[in-house]
Amino acid sequence: MTTALTIHPPIPWTRVCALEDILPGTGVCALIQGQQVAVFRVGGRVYATGNRDPYTGANVLSRGLTGSYTAGGVTRVKVASPLLKHAFDLESGLSLDDPRVSVPVYATRTEGGDVWTGSPA
Amino acid sequence: MSIPIPHLVIVGNGMVGHRLTEQLRQHAGPDALRLTVISEERRLAYDRVHLSSHFDDPRPDLSLATEGGYREAGVAVVQGRADAVNLTEKTVQVAGQTLAYDALVFATGSFPFVPPVSGKDARGCFVYRTLDDLDAIRDAARGARSGAVIGGGLLGLEAAGALRKLGLDTHVVEFAPHLMPAQLDAEGGSALRRTIEGMGIGVHVGRSTQQVSVDRDGRVTGLDFEGGTRLDADLVVFSAGIRPRDDLARAAGLSVGERGGILIDDACRTSDPHVYAVGECALYDGRVYGLVAPGYQMAKVAAVNALRDLGLLDTPPAHFRGADLSTKLKLLGVEVGSFGDAKGVTPGARSVSLSDNVRGTYSKVVVSEDGRVLGGLLVGDTARYADLLDLTMTGTPLSVPPETLIVPPLPGGAVMTSADALLCSCENVRESALCAAIAEGARDVASLKKCTGAGTGCGGCVPSLHGLLQTELRRLGETVTNHLCEHYPYSRQELFDLIRVRGHATWDEVLAAHGSGLGCEICKPAVGSILASLHNELVVAPQHAPLQDTNDAFLANIQKNGTYSVMPRVPGGEITAEGLIAIGAVAKRYGLYCKITGGQRIDLLGAHRDDLPAIWEDLIAAGFESGHAYGKSLRTVKSCVGSTWCRYGVQDSTSLAVRLELRYRGLRSPHKLKSGVSGCTRECAEARSKDFGIIATERGWNVYVGGNGGVTPKHALLLASDLSEDEVITLLDRYLMFYVRTADRLQRTSTWLENLDGGLEYLRSVIIDDRLGICAELDAEMARHIGTYRDEWAAAVSDPAIRARFRTFVNTDARDDGVQWVDERGQIRPADHPHFYPLPMLGGD
Repeated sequence: MTTALTIHPPIPWTRVCALEDILPGTGVCALIQGQQVAVFRVGGRVYATGNRDPYTGANVLSRGLTGSYTAGGVTRVKVASPLLKHAFDLESGLSLDDPRVSVPVYATRTEGGDVWTGSPA
Repeated sequence: MSIPIPHLVIVGNGMVGHRLTEQLRQHAGPDALRLTVISEERRLAYDRVHLSSHFDDPRPDLSLATEGGYREAGVAVVQGRADAVNLTEKTVQVAGQTLAYDALVFATGSFPFVPPVSGKDARGCFVYRTLDDLDAIRDAARGARSGAVIGGGLLGLEAAGALRKLGLDTHVVEFAPHLMPAQLDAEGGSALRRTIEGMGIGVHVGRSTQQVSVDRDGRVTGLDFEGGTRLDADLVVFSAGIRPRDDLARAAGLSVGERGGILIDDACRTSDPHVYAVGECALYDGRVYGLVAPGYQMAKVAAVNALRDLGLLDTPPAHFRGADLSTKLKLLGVEVGSFGDAKGVTPGARSVSLSDNVRGTYSKVVVSEDGRVLGGLLVGDTARYADLLDLTMTGTPLSVPPETLIVPPLPGGAVMTSADALLCSCENVRESALCAAIAEGARDVASLKKCTGAGTGCGGCVPSLHGLLQTELRRLGETVTNHLCEHYPYSRQELFDLIRVRGHATWDEVLAAHGSGLGCEICKPAVGSILASLHNELVVAPQHAPLQDTNDAFLANIQKNGTYSVMPRVPGGEITAEGLIAIGAVAKRYGLYCKITGGQRIDLLGAHRDDLPAIWEDLIAAGFESGHAYGKSLRTVKSCVGSTWCRYGVQDSTSLAVRLELRYRGLRSPHKLKSGVSGCTRECAEARSKDFGIIATERGWNVYVGGNGGVTPKHALLLASDLSEDEVITLLDRYLMFYVRTADRLQRTSTWLENLDGGLEYLRSVIIDDRLGICAELDAEMARHIGTYRDEWAAAVSDPAIRARFRTFVNTDARDDGVQWVDERGQIRPADHPHFYPLPMLGGD
């Protein structure tokens, strides 16, 4: 249970891989300028977050199970860390257990079958 | 960011001071709070509770904090002793600089009390408090033959243990008439004394040391006692209690107690509203707490209140209400437990005790007039400590005679435990608190966690939380759903039947027909497991891989730093010399940590994900296959050597174990499955603690089911006796398949059997008498499983698409630089993470 202590410098738009390199419903990890970025393919869209699970300090989020959750009548997408199963909202990066904890999120786009990610403008 | 960040200064970096930095950083990062610690010792915080292990070989790393960790967490360290505190200007003088603070916390700890006897400062006299003290004692021990410890309390016995480890002829001197006078009564003290004397340590109680005698060079020669007796010793350690270090606070003008200690209120605040004190330097309600657990509680309380004062937290204020001084510890290898009114001083109290001079045990319970446990003592055997403490804390009226509480349990005898059971021992949450939360509206485990904190530590109690929730909701007359999760309005058993009967083969089919949304980390693995149980397709095939937890997705067990462990199957625990060498060669080649497991195989830890396929290629070439240690599936069938080697064995247990392990390997089930086969009634394979266990008889085999170790140990129940090997196998085929069909998600066989309506009798009627007419189906399902088994690692390494998934990064061949190792006892172990984990509570056990 630690607050995010690491600073996340912006990353440039980078091609990560081909969309077909990511099995639907799963994630992969990309190394971009020394930063580990988890890229997920969920429900027909692509999301990107930091790869580090802030609860355990391990770089494992890309290996988490993805899914959806419903809160206040709205269905959103999430990933659960494989270590202690803490879940994070894939769009906001917020922990579902403790809103003070979050992971960084990045923008994504798919272009000609390729997946790109970068810091939000 | 023009608003200045508030500054909190902690004086002292012992265990409690360090815990405080963790507690503060949990709520406030470096952008919200500047944090400075003043550390007098050159070492940052370390584990003082296990100080004597400093003399162990290899020497463990006792450090709790590191410079790098503090740097990363934004904690500034000032080395030196604080000289003065100015409460008006809110400054601390230390090492020639002036630190301005917004909040200040004293965590200065204590210093050892040295009785004012002549010769106390002679060469060869030491105290026992810091690692520097221990290093000095070790240096002096090189030229010494004997050592005496003054003080026969908890710390004194710890110190005696340390001298003994240094090979000195060790003596303990205690002023009171028996050892550990603060915790034990005379009888308990003598039980402890007998055991300690049996180790060759001299115990001298009722002795008042008049002076430390010295030779002409001013070197210690021994102790002179009142009454003319003496004890020769080359080295003397004072360990006769502690005194709070309050000099700095006293000089600053803070209120201190008459006999020392910085006065604090229940917010851990001192007489100055901006200054707090925690740990052994603090005096609360007339008492200084010399144990680490109350210190940790104070750290938690002070952190919340200080952050509130600084406007960084808006939770309600926290309160320290004193701490229970019950302790359970191991001194010199002797277990000692003391709780509640251990000495029986409550008026009208009745004491019942039992002592055994050969086993060296002493147990006592103190019971009130109206039949409630008030306290007790345990020396030599503290197995009943938790139960008795629980009875004491809850004040449950006894329904059995008190003597039965301390008599060693008869085989199969029931143990009395309190009505208000302690469910979560990490967060100290009892059943009553959980029931209250349920009554107030908590309807799932997640909300129970949120409002009580239960299950947020190690997570081991989560299944119990789930069970309690179901029972309690039923009691409250609420509709209880055992729905898998928000995506499937079915229980696991219902979903299993739907998938089986309708013949669904993939997640997409199941979700379209029976579910909603995108699924989640609960239903995906559950459906993945059901599909695997029914169809036995490769769990890492592209249509199934996205359903698997990381362990099944990468066919290995994830560890805390994100690396994996590898465990080849060793059926029945039988392995050739070549096999051992091959495993050793793989471990060496890939730099893996090796550990022998309780299931009679070898665990190789620390494998990078991208090394896993190559590791397995090597293991497969040496004749190994997956051990499924990562799966909710059969783990191992443990065995003894049986009649082939053992002079007592009556059947060949190893051969049966190998046969069973090869038969059921790879069977995906609601939870993991463990088994054991023992070759005689001595039960060396511990078969009765397994999901299914087989014990040899003169006439064949007895089959036991539903046993468990783990959180809720349970002996397996006898299902059938004196069977032939083939009969054993038919029965187990059906038992396992019936369990796979009907159990809840993550329900072990023991709870499944307990919750099965009609219990063991019903199970017999289904799988022996075929009351439901499903035995043929169960047999066929198991036959299909066995017929379609293949080694999933062999399949994985031969498929390039699957191998590609093991890459650490999709866009480069680099490795995770977050994985770092340190050396421990000649092998790797994960470097302590520079960030903060909640530490386990130290100091009790």
